[in-house]
Amino acid sequence: MARAVTTQRKTLNTLIAWSIGFVIFFPILWTILTSFKTEAQAINDPPLFLFFDWTLENYAVVQERSNYMRFLWNSIFLAGGSTLLGIIIAVPAAWSMAFVPSNRTKDILMWMLSTKMLPAVGVLYPIYIGFVKLGLLDSRLGLMIILMLINLPIIIWMLYTYFKEIPGEILEAARMDGASLKDEILYVLTPMAIPGIASTVLLNVILAWNEAFWTLNLTAAKAAPLTAFIASYSSPEGLFFAKLSAASTMAIAPILILGWFSQKQLVRGLTFGAVK
Amino acid sequence: MLLKNTLRAATALSLLAASGAIADTLTIATVNNGDMIRMQGLTDDFTAKTGHTVEWVTLEENVLRQRVTTDITTKGGAFDIMTIGMYETPIWGKNGWLVPLNDLSADYNAADILPAMSGGLSYDGTLYAAPFYGESSMIMYRTDLMEKAGLEMPEAPTWTFIREAAAAMTDRDNEINGICLRGKAGWGEGGAFITAMSNSFGARWFDMDWNAQFDTKPWKDTLEFYSGMMNESGPAGYATNGFNENLSLFQQGKCGMWIDATVAASFVTNPKDSTVADSVGFALAPDNGLGKRSNWLWAWALGIPAGTQKEAAAKQFIEWATSTSYIELVAANEGWANVPPGARTSLYENPNYMDVPFAKMTLDSILSADPNNSTVEPSPYVGIQFAAIPEFAGIATDVSQEFAAAYAGQQSIDEALAKAQAITNDAMEAAGYR
Repeated sequence: MARAVTTQRKTLNTLIAWSIGFVIFFPILWTILTSFKTEAQAINDPPLFLFFDWTLENYAVVQERSNYMRFLWNSIFLAGGSTLLGIIIAVPAAWSMAFVPSNRTKDILMWMLSTKMLPAVGVLYPIYIGFVKLGLLDSRLGLMIILMLINLPIIIWMLYTYFKEIPGEILEAARMDGASLKDEILYVLTPMAIPGIASTVLLNVILAWNEAFWTLNLTAAKAAPLTAFIASYSSPEGLFFAKLSAASTMAIAPILILGWFSQKQLVRGLTFGAVK
Repeated sequence: MLLKNTLRAATALSLLAASGAIADTLTIATVNNGDMIRMQGLTDDFTAKTGHTVEWVTLEENVLRQRVTTDITTKGGAFDIMTIGMYETPIWGKNGWLVPLNDLSADYNAADILPAMSGGLSYDGTLYAAPFYGESSMIMYRTDLMEKAGLEMPEAPTWTFIREAAAAMTDRDNEINGICLRGKAGWGEGGAFITAMSNSFGARWFDMDWNAQFDTKPWKDTLEFYSGMMNESGPAGYATNGFNENLSLFQQGKCGMWIDATVAASFVTNPKDSTVADSVGFALAPDNGLGKRSNWLWAWALGIPAGTQKEAAAKQFIEWATSTSYIELVAANEGWANVPPGARTSLYENPNYMDVPFAKMTLDSILSADPNNSTVEPSPYVGIQFAAIPEFAGIATDVSQEFAAAYAGQQSIDEALAKAQAITNDAMEAAGYR
């Protein structure tokens, strides 16, 4: 009897989980479906779910009109580069905060987090002018630095939380064996924190990939990533929903595939230390 | 020998420079609409003629506006040409942010630009942006439903007729709404429509001392008429409908009438996308017997930010894209119905174009709009659906949100008008107008 109740509860839980998952995934699914419709089918009322004349026309038009590969390469460069740079800075920062904290460490951590609460547009003009003066406007280097900076508080926070899980005695033992500070971080701490670092990297790649304020405002033709690619298909005067959906699908596909293949790592990392 | 070669090279370079043959790459910011996308597809013709290449930055209209404003106010230099509208051009021209276009070549024939367009894109008599295409607003209506209702659309109807016709065409059982109009918050959405409509009711945004006028009877009449008519004959949720939502409804046969941008005519008559393509008629936007119609005037135009290093090449591009030969190029490639409308007088003297069903009404609508004299009572601003002052976009967005809340029944019209009055006067005082 007890076994039957457990099975029922399991089934119910599974159903609820799948339902929630479906609701969360539905906008993406709808975007993908719309990308295979004609513009007329895309606005049909009642909406068409699966039974319509599937077409690849929108993808052909988007391919013809835009240099997708250039946008994709910029996205890869910016997401990868900003995350790598962020990790290089954040690992020693998080190490010092986790293992040699000062009286101000908590305040610094809170201050770093508070910078995320400032609306980005509030610093648009100073940063824009700075970029103009430094010749960084519409450059991948400049945008990579900005993306790194805006995500750095999250990277440090996540790594700090993971590092706090690692017993300090292990590092002490390494020091007693003659490890230098560099060796301690590189060969002792980092391998032990690999799951945490991996999930931090993945989360930050996703955040940098999806960032759509700075990537639109600091780029023009050369450094624009996939967020600008999507924006170029949005229009308040004209029904181009099917083409916009095709562009969106092409933009999210790489990150969706990355997320799919790394979901175990991502979930493990997130539930293990950072967000708990 | 070395000297001789150097001299030869210098001479060759000078000649190249003098003939303008040094190729530049122009970065152009533009919006995503049919005419602009078509231009991007034809850019090879410009490159073949001049050697200059073009890199396009296409953005959604509101994003583009924010992006180019940031760039021009900081002298960022990210763009060599910007696509801007009638609202920005005179303000930016006055501030010295745009290169004057008063030295375009004789072949370009600047005198051929429609006077309403050149007037709206000038400051102090100097043209600061060349119109790529222009638009007004007009009535698009279902001829079959009008006939079924036993009515005939006059070429220049009144609001009273429109309200009666809308009620007669409404068929809730068959999901047909007599009229579809913008209600969505935003100065370029519902804000633009209600401002243009209010002109025909004798309303204005400001008196000659820049005092807000929302506490006057014409504004109350406008909002009461609009919401009354929409509640009787409009679609559900009209308070959140903008251009795209209404276009979608009309194309699916769910609107008897739609008053909106003249560029929509090519969409609703395109059988590929519209289910009612063969039964669409056109008429001038309504009036209220006060001498002003409720149509607006707008142009998407190409301007050159001051300080660009590629001014000569940028001017060449503008001459190419806004010329009569470009119109002929589009006609040859895509047909006369797809040429950019509303910018040049000669287009409306062309019999090939006048065969297009909406050509005459588009021209008549544009010609009946006067941005320098848009209100019944005198007003201190230029513009029909906007006032060409930098503060307007922010104020009108807030005001249109109050109006949309009234359409949605979240507050009364009196409350919305009182808030609009306070918002506008506060902002104008803070900006130093009052």
